[in-house]
Amino acid sequence: MSIFVDKDTKVLVQGITGNEGSFHARACMEYGTNIVAGVTPGKGGQKMDDVPVFNTVRQAVKETGATASLIFVPPPFGADAIMEAADAGVDLIVTITEGIPILDMVKVKNFLATKACRLIGPNCPGIITPGECKIGIMPGNIHKKGNIGVVSRSGTLTYEVVDQLTKLEMGQSTCIGIGGDPVNGTNFIDVLKAFQNDDETTGIVMVGEIGGSAEEEAAYFIKQNLTKPVVGFIAGLTAPPGRRMGHAGAIISGSSGTGAAKIAAFKDNGIHVCENLGQIGRICKEVF
Amino acid sequence: MKIHEYQAKELFKTYNVPVPDGNVAFSVDEAKKTAATLSGFPVVVKAQIHAGGRGKGGGVKLASSMEELETLAGEILGMTLVTHQTGPEGKLVKKLLIEAGQEIKKELYLSLLVDRSTATVVIMASQDGGMDIEDVAANTPERIIKVHVDPLMGIQGYQLRQVGFGLDLPPAAMKQFSGLLSNLYKFFVANDCSLVEINPLILTRDDQVLALDAKVDFDSNALHRHKDLMALRDLDEEDPLEVEASKYNLNYINLDGNVGNIVNGAGLAMATMDIIKNAGATPANFMDVGGGASASQVENAFRIILADDKVKAVLINIFGGILRCDVFAQGVVDAARKTGINIPVVVRMEGTNVDKGKKILADAGLNLTSALDLSDAARKIAAAVH
Repeated sequence: MSIFVDKDTKVLVQGITGNEGSFHARACMEYGTNIVAGVTPGKGGQKMDDVPVFNTVRQAVKETGATASLIFVPPPFGADAIMEAADAGVDLIVTITEGIPILDMVKVKNFLATKACRLIGPNCPGIITPGECKIGIMPGNIHKKGNIGVVSRSGTLTYEVVDQLTKLEMGQSTCIGIGGDPVNGTNFIDVLKAFQNDDETTGIVMVGEIGGSAEEEAAYFIKQNLTKPVVGFIAGLTAPPGRRMGHAGAIISGSSGTGAAKIAAFKDNGIHVCENLGQIGRICKEVF
Repeated sequence: MKIHEYQAKELFKTYNVPVPDGNVAFSVDEAKKTAATLSGFPVVVKAQIHAGGRGKGGGVKLASSMEELETLAGEILGMTLVTHQTGPEGKLVKKLLIEAGQEIKKELYLSLLVDRSTATVVIMASQDGGMDIEDVAANTPERIIKVHVDPLMGIQGYQLRQVGFGLDLPPAAMKQFSGLLSNLYKFFVANDCSLVEINPLILTRDDQVLALDAKVDFDSNALHRHKDLMALRDLDEEDPLEVEASKYNLNYINLDGNVGNIVNGAGLAMATMDIIKNAGATPANFMDVGGGASASQVENAFRIILADDKVKAVLINIFGGILRCDVFAQGVVDAARKTGINIPVVVRMEGTNVDKGKKILADAGLNLTSALDLSDAARKIAAAVH
């Protein structure tokens, strides 16, 4: 088992004819992902390599039976693309796009509340079940099939963590980047719940950062609901208040969202805290 | 993107959110001219900088005559205003807001912002205006009214009443307040604000509500659909190196330490700053060149960091994923050759094609130190600045 995606997941790519879209669609296919369709309005009928391109998501779903979508469209059209996928009945929507206006996401989130689909992102690296399915932009080769679930708000920081795990022979069940935006789809708690229920996952690594209170809420949830061990890391302990640290959501507002508060919440709720990124692999080895 | 109080108030006026009569002044003469158009004294002289805490720092003064106004305007214009938000170096005051003084019966607090966890616009209000709202929230949370607005529905009449009655406004002011809040919500949504804060919102002797202050922050991600608002950006208020970095889509923040750093990805960049600090040194910046940066972006990042006099050493931390280490190493070598480096540079690379990348760096004959892993990189960079 794994969570959310496996080797049978049929994926369509919105924005497949763009530079990023085509590059990463190919990389996903090389990894073994079953990419069945692309969508670019106005380019229906064309092909990207052997992948048929459609004008609308609805049409792509109807013709190919795709159940997941990977979105690369530019930020001004990001919200619209997510809603189109949700309306077409796609189960899983993975949005890589960075820079979608926050009020657009506020609308999207409320729109999605009426649908049965799951959104991952935006502004995230995507999701990978090693050896089976990669829906995202992460380098597939650093991953290894195994039993550690990884959930993170970041991209390259997650790769760093996964790389250390793999080098110490700790493979991963599924790795998910939930994204660095202040308003996103799937949150830590959704993923933690799924890892807890997944037989294949025996331990969890949670990578958070400054801004908001998602880590604190997740920490409390872990204490109440999880029986599997969790190693936690928080980036941005030295970040100054009031400044956006690259990610739109990584900002300390007044006294809320500080790294110190998140670390304290981790410790209070039985999470094994890693204070030095260079040591995270070693700490996981000890804990798991 | 932040704007000045006077700009925010101009925008408020176009949305029928009442503000005191007044105007911006770039000189003492202009200040006097504006004061002459107001209905007598007292007149308020307010320094216009982006940081808060201006009153405590001496940037807001009350003038009771034209002579006093002239003196105060002369003093505040050109002063370096230090507040808890400017840092010790302060900010140079280049403009003033000249406003009619008000007879205040009550000071209130009102703000709108996006609530992350509920994905709604939240209205926060309190009768404790003029105070730091964080203190109010910490000490007397029951004195804060919070109303969440469903973005698909917009603000409703009962929500306006909930805030207005919650603030214990007199019946005479209720209708005007409802109009003000409703218009403020429209303003927030129509302009993609991330924060609108009025502290204080005042009730005057004759029961009028008025925005005495105005703080507005726009969502930078939405500026593409608000070309008119872009004109309100004041580059004087921004760090020159940060302005330069923004031209190349580099996420750069100038900090006060001496270890420059270049990293791909925001999360890893934050973690790298933490690693530097853990090793006993202090980061001079946050620099995220992006998860899949190009060689030219690395070069620009290098140039900007070396232009910062504080920087005594540079740590480059790259996790090569989509961006292969060999390509990146070549970018670093080219950048180093072009910009010329005369301070220690420690490079830590990991990921795809790392061996090729390391060989390129080693063969370049540059003064670059390779690090084995993150811990080694931290030790080496700390040693370089001590």
